[in-house]
Amino acid sequence: MTALTLHAPVLLIALPLLGAFATPLIGKLGKGARNTFVGLIVLAVAGLASLLAVSVFGAGGVPTVYELGGGTFTFPLSGGQVPIRILFEVDGMSAFMGLITALIALTSAFFSFSYWRERSGGDLYFSLFLLLTAGIFGMVMTGDMFNFFVFLEITSIAAASLVGFRVWRKQSQEAGFKVMAMYTLSGLFVLLAIGLLYGQYGHLNIAALANSLQGSLTDMIALGLLLTGLAMKAGAVPMHMWAPDAYGEAPAPMSAILVANSQASLYGLFRILFTLYGVTVSTGTMGWILIVLALLTIFVGVTMALIQSDLKRLVAFGAVSQIGYMLLGVGVGLAVMATKPEYGLVAMQGGIFHMLNDAACVGLLFFASGAVIRAAGTRDLNQMGGLGHQMKWTSIFFAIGAVALAGVPPFNGFASKFLIYEASFKLSPFLAVIAVLSSIMLLAVFVKAFQAAFLGPRSNASAHVSDPSPGMMVPMAALVLVIIVFGLFPGFFVDHIVTPAAKALWLGRDAYINAVLGG
Amino acid sequence: MNIGNLPFVVAALLVLFGLYTFLFKRNLIKLVIGITLIETGVNLFLVTLGYRTDGISPIYTFAPEAQKMVLPTPQALTLTSIVIGLATTALLLSFAVFIHRHYGTLDVRKVKELKG
Repeated sequence: MTALTLHAPVLLIALPLLGAFATPLIGKLGKGARNTFVGLIVLAVAGLASLLAVSVFGAGGVPTVYELGGGTFTFPLSGGQVPIRILFEVDGMSAFMGLITALIALTSAFFSFSYWRERSGGDLYFSLFLLLTAGIFGMVMTGDMFNFFVFLEITSIAAASLVGFRVWRKQSQEAGFKVMAMYTLSGLFVLLAIGLLYGQYGHLNIAALANSLQGSLTDMIALGLLLTGLAMKAGAVPMHMWAPDAYGEAPAPMSAILVANSQASLYGLFRILFTLYGVTVSTGTMGWILIVLALLTIFVGVTMALIQSDLKRLVAFGAVSQIGYMLLGVGVGLAVMATKPEYGLVAMQGGIFHMLNDAACVGLLFFASGAVIRAAGTRDLNQMGGLGHQMKWTSIFFAIGAVALAGVPPFNGFASKFLIYEASFKLSPFLAVIAVLSSIMLLAVFVKAFQAAFLGPRSNASAHVSDPSPGMMVPMAALVLVIIVFGLFPGFFVDHIVTPAAKALWLGRDAYINAVLGG
Repeated sequence: MNIGNLPFVVAALLVLFGLYTFLFKRNLIKLVIGITLIETGVNLFLVTLGYRTDGISPIYTFAPEAQKMVLPTPQALTLTSIVIGLATTALLLSFAVFIHRHYGTLDVRKVKELKG
């Protein structure tokens, strides 16, 4: 057990990576064998992520460094050795992101088993899915800038392939091209920034770089490139135009994991701002940049969602707007980091807790809208109606996901959004006003969608629909359970997993550096 | 031969040309060319970072004593980046092929089913 915990960071990447390349081979044995194999992989990954979380949060979220092979290491090295090694550094925030990824990977894999019923392509679909999962785990576990870039590109390629997976849909090809172009551009920005940092300090390790950063002009250029690249990949307005296309055109369960992918980019952004740069830059300015991005994202996301008539695209814009709430919470935390008042940590808790809640709610909404679109045979809300008579459970699940995302108590979205409102109000009431107003508008968006799709008289079109098979119902029910449990007992989760994660970012820079450099 | 900062200038120009192509050209293939240009610029930048004037390749076996070597790490980074670039370019071009099949054009102004 201890050996498993010790090796968990690398196994979380190695298992899905191995699975990704083995899936097409196992697929030759038949669909059942392939589904069993993929199911076992995601179950093992979820188990490992939980094990890692228990060990990290059990120790209060302090960073642990893992070298490939599990040996002990020293830094700097004694003379003559070549400083090339693969380091993973896991602190509270990494373990937290691991939990989110595991939750979404688990539910979307099991949802996919029933959802993907096309006769061919399933092997490649699951192959890309596992590759994407491996990439996301890599991004959140690694302690090295260049490895971060490599995993970023792995997720980019896998995610864009999944967006354009249905080659018979012209829209999905358009979305695929757009997504890949934007992802590549963001990846190149990140690589250029890594080159700038390496050229100055000769390090690629995040902790070693953070230790030697001077805050020179070149560092600021690198920070600008990293901020642009990662905000682009997270889908923050004004670099969001790929995001609704991607979420809207990917197969429904894959939209959920694309959101987890965007969150992994956000994690990278936070890691760079808090751990890599930290006090070497003016945290107030950076915090306000994040806050402005956040307000734009929240507002534009919600307003664009209001005018959609395509169900999937409507949920996609809702998902874009939620990225803004995470940015807002963490941005407020960053803006007041220099003085460290009480509400800074509350803001961080809200922003980080909202990542988990958003993953669960948006995942559920994508699953439910996928089920609805499949049953109704159309994505157009104007042509739906009366589906609630036949699809009782799906409509209940959709309603729970929608009100939870809009921040209505007693669901989980309320718990995290309340922390964000409270803390951002203390910084400036204007921020809280925009945030609350947008949440109300989001509720209006989902009321409209719910009314259009599920309510109304029985029509001929809706006479033959039914709730999806149990294979799709169980993952949705699992997410509903998560939403309700987090909504009813937010205190427990905030204390035990969110606070260590927030502290790891907000206060943990020295601990992160010392874990690698010693001292 | 000492070529000074010339490679950095070339790398910056490649990135700028690439960005210009990416932002202002209307043909999907040209967008891919723009992205490839940026990528080449970044790769050149990385290789140049590790170059030392009169350095030899960083292989210790049979290396002459007290000879300067170029840095191996940026070369490893560049190789990785080239491989990734190949994959992304291939994926982008295959999307372009499918777009041409569906829409009958590569003009971005005509490929806009998804908007708003």
